[in-house]
Amino acid sequence: MSDWIEVGQLTDIPKLGARVVKTGKGDIAVFRTAEDKVFALADKCPHKGGQLSQGIVLGDKVACPLHDWKIELASGTAVAPDDGCAASYPVKMEGDSIMLSLTADQGCPNT
Amino acid sequence: MKEKLVVIGNGMAGMRTVEELLKIDPDMYDITVFGAEPYGNYNRIMLSPVLAGEKTIDEIMLNDRQWYEENKVTLHAGKAVTSIDRINKKVLADDGTQESYDRLLIATGSEPFIIPVPGNDLHGVIAFRDIKDVDLMLEAAAKHKHAVVIGGGLLGLEAANGLMQQGMSVTVVHLMDKLMERQMDGPAAAMLKESLEERGLHFLMQAETESIIGKDRVEKVRFKDGTEIYADLVVMAVGIKPNIKLAKDAGIHCERGIVVNDTLQTFDPAIYSVGECAQHRGIAYGLVAPLFEMAKVCANHLAKMGIGRYEGTMTSTKLKVTGIDLFSAGDFIGDENTDELVFQDKARGVYRKIVVKNNKIEGAVMYGETIDGSWYFDLMRDGTDISEFRENLLFGQAHLGDSGHGDDNRVAMMSDSAEICGCNGVTKGEIVIAINDKKLFTLDEVRAHTKASSSCGSCTGLVESIMSHTLGGDYSTAPHLKPMCACSDHSHDDVRAEINKGQLKSIRAVMDAMEWKSSDGCSKCRPALNYYLVCKHPEAKIDDNQSRFINERAHANIQGDGSYSVIPRMWGGMTTPQELRAVADAAEKYNVDTVHVTGGQRIGLYGLKKEELPLIWKDLNDAGMVSGHAYGKALRTVKTCVGREWCRFGTQDSTAIGIKLEQLSWGSWMPHKFKMAASGCPRNCAEATIKDYGVVCVDSGYELHVGGNGGIKVRVTDLLCNVESEEEVLQYSAAYMQLYREEAHYLERTAPWIERVGLAYVKDILLNDDKRKELAERFSYGQSFMQHDPWAERAQGSEAHEFTPMKVIKKQAETV
Ligand code: SRM
Ligand SMILES: Cc1cc2nc3c(=O)[nH]c(=O)nc-3n(C[C@H](O)[C@H](O)[C@H](O)COP(=O)(O)OP(=O)(O)OC[C@H]3O[C@@H](n4cnc5c(N)ncnc54)[C@H](O)[C@@H]3O)c2cc1C
Ligand code: SF4
Ligand code: FES
Repeated sequence: MSDWIEVGQLTDIPKLGARVVKTGKGDIAVFRTAEDKVFALADKCPHKGGQLSQGIVLGDKVACPLHDWKIELASGTAVAPDDGCAASYPVKMEGDSIMLSLTADQGCPNT
Repeated sequence: MKEKLVVIGNGMAGMRTVEELLKIDPDMYDITVFGAEPYGNYNRIMLSPVLAGEKTIDEIMLNDRQWYEENKVTLHAGKAVTSIDRINKKVLADDGTQESYDRLLIATGSEPFIIPVPGNDLHGVIAFRDIKDVDLMLEAAAKHKHAVVIGGGLLGLEAANGLMQQGMSVTVVHLMDKLMERQMDGPAAAMLKESLEERGLHFLMQAETESIIGKDRVEKVRFKDGTEIYADLVVMAVGIKPNIKLAKDAGIHCERGIVVNDTLQTFDPAIYSVGECAQHRGIAYGLVAPLFEMAKVCANHLAKMGIGRYEGTMTSTKLKVTGIDLFSAGDFIGDENTDELVFQDKARGVYRKIVVKNNKIEGAVMYGETIDGSWYFDLMRDGTDISEFRENLLFGQAHLGDSGHGDDNRVAMMSDSAEICGCNGVTKGEIVIAINDKKLFTLDEVRAHTKASSSCGSCTGLVESIMSHTLGGDYSTAPHLKPMCACSDHSHDDVRAEINKGQLKSIRAVMDAMEWKSSDGCSKCRPALNYYLVCKHPEAKIDDNQSRFINERAHANIQGDGSYSVIPRMWGGMTTPQELRAVADAAEKYNVDTVHVTGGQRIGLYGLKKEELPLIWKDLNDAGMVSGHAYGKALRTVKTCVGREWCRFGTQDSTAIGIKLEQLSWGSWMPHKFKMAASGCPRNCAEATIKDYGVVCVDSGYELHVGGNGGIKVRVTDLLCNVESEEEVLQYSAAYMQLYREEAHYLERTAPWIERVGLAYVKDILLNDDKRKELAERFSYGQSFMQHDPWAERAQGSEAHEFTPMKVIKKQAETV
């Protein structure tokens, strides 16, 4: 794929934190876990649209700031018993640079 | 290779242990389960509603065979284990199946006690323990008329009620002169008997069975006094005995049950035992609440976490006969050292008795209305000091000025469409359906599935009542000391005690030292740990932003639409034309949608974009205004009235007091939000008596009030004391805040905190001159590190990443 875009450095995001990438199609939240894994999801909670970038990162999940739904960072799916998903976007590291693709992974319509 | 765990008994305790173990570490063992009954695991206590025709067997399955497959647990259903070979670590089943184990769990439950009288082996003489017994009873009810139930305890009455619902004429035979003598006192037992008689049950009290008569099938029961009654079915429900034969034969030390220690190990450390077959600290339990606690600890130990200890369970009882409410717990008889509080209304069929010793509840028995049962039980378990509301105790929680609960406290009578959880719009019907369909057992499960009680928590009591109504047994009972969240087995108090030793200086260190079960904790424990650490070490820079909720991280309140609000301080509710001008200018400059005069005597600006926050803060700072912490678990506002300065009734300068209080305490992080007020006279225009700390000025000085709350559940303050000088008002408030900061649980406001520890305790400390002085000094030491305006720091550029996007991608890249 050719649409990788450099969005910043790993150190731009605090550990267990997130930053927002604004795009023409909506905001994307980019997360960094305790082990420096990086994930990207549409910044919109499947529940009532809470900004996931403002949540608390726990393991490989984020707790939404509005009503505490837990969303899997890798897949964007809500942790049962809640049900729903936020689209996930491919990310990869090139050195310390975070590369993001704006083509959402298949499987979740909520971009 | 994986170690092997073999479980004997696929009943409630054994399988609960397996479930807990799978939750902690699904891959640790190869698990094999033997069950004498040819089914998966079902909810035994629901056999009573099945018998009464209110539920079906399918509805009470907890783990069907598919569950075992999905979790890779080998199930030998219908195979009873006949011996344990401890030397070769093997078990042998009746069909010849052998399994070897590294660790073994014995959870064989108990057996019904069959009274040794002639004829006890006739057809139609059965016990009430398993699905087979229920099938036999239903079969008998379809063909026959007369049933005799021997035993007037919980089980016997539930059997009798079920058989009556199935159309039989039922006589309950009881050895004593009172029903359920182990759970009821005289008056309650009499009321119970009366209402069961009204429904059509017959009773023979103080009747000792001599023999059961019949050729092939039972025909009659004969008593010691020579009388006889007809019977086509005899159900023995006179007690249970722990099923210990296997263990005993294998040489494991048994008394009444299999003797286990606090980690549920038998005398052979490779062998564990849980459930009704186990005897812990001399007690063999016969209810499910203890089993669930045992299961948790046992699973924890099996998973080699090794931190949990089972320390026994306080149990309570309910009878699962639809339409009859009774509840009992603890010592409800009492002795010469206890007081009895009794309420009885024969006409309404209501009775309750509470046994109290040294202002703590020792036990309770209730008949007719049991809605407050779980409340009394909580007070009893937590050892709450009840002196403050003793005179209203008997009338229940609804009479404590508890407007949040008030009228809808009668769960049983509520319609299915009644809204229970106002935050999430969950009705009673939805909760009942979720409990039944999804087989929910615990409050946490109900919260996860329905969202009821998961937000503000004010409906927790109602949800618990619905649970015990729906489930029958007392499932909601949490262990004596509730763990702070699912990530840990430690209570808030334990965790704080550990942190207060002073060695642990980061969230990670606490999690490691206290064996946290999840890698990064959760949204419940991380903010709590962060607070406890910040409170203990104000001087060290250990505050972890990523463990704070968004509002405290961004120093503004997030709104439903993702925008933020900004509320600057107006000290003691006072403002000036300059401040108002600055607020007005800022509101215009940043296109604020809403300007609101808040309930806290200041002005709130709503609808700001996150990126704009540092800008507007800068403008407000320039006009001399600072953060109002309207977003924080921190000092919020100090409301005042105009007081002596203007008001014709004012006795002291309440406005000045308020301003001083706010200057003293702003910036302080607390377990929860903290609000104060100062009124100039007892007319109390500043509403000081519903604040966390309230000052009411009087002619002779100041009344100091504590523990008020105006929110979800209104609570009027308690009077702490009267003082004469402003200095004292300030010193008491600093000491009180520090005590609260150091001892309350995270997210516990002063009102529930004071109810938990008792006003007497707080008074003892604060009225002691030395202790008060030390607390006040610790408070001001902490404040010396806290009183920096967070807005000013951020307006000058700190934490910039919080307020700016990482990247703005203007032109959408073309995608194929
Ligand atoms: C702004 C304000 C309403 C207003 O426009 O007037 C307000 C707004 C909120 N209140 Fe409040 N409360 C406001 C005064 C009150 C008062 C009145 C008072 O302080 O005199 C009360 C009752 C008094 C009390 O707390 O005892 C009050 C009881 C609550 C409660 C229930 C607390 C409780 O212990 O029962 C909550 C929920 C919570 O804290 O968990 C709450 C929660 C909230 C939150 C923070 C909800 C949230 O998490 O988003 C609201 C934030 C809106 C925002 O973005 O600013 N608010 N809230 C008031 C701010 C006062 C201020 O200047 O700081
Ligand atoms: C009708 C009824 C109503 C009840 N109501 C309530 C209530 O309202 N509230 C409450 O708290 N409690 C209630 N109880 C009690 C509760 O059901 C028990 O406390 C609980 O089921 C005990 O769990 P356990 O795992 O120890 O035993 P069990 O659930 O009995 O499980 C033991 C299992 O081990 C199997 N087993 C035994 N020996 C062997 C062997 N050698 N090999 C293989 N398998 C074996 C048995 O077949 C059984 O399935 C009720 C009980 C009954 C019968
Ligand atoms: S509380 Fe007293 S002093 Fe304050 S305004 Fe009311 S009457 Fe006046
Ligand atoms: S919007 Fe995310 S939990 Fe409600």
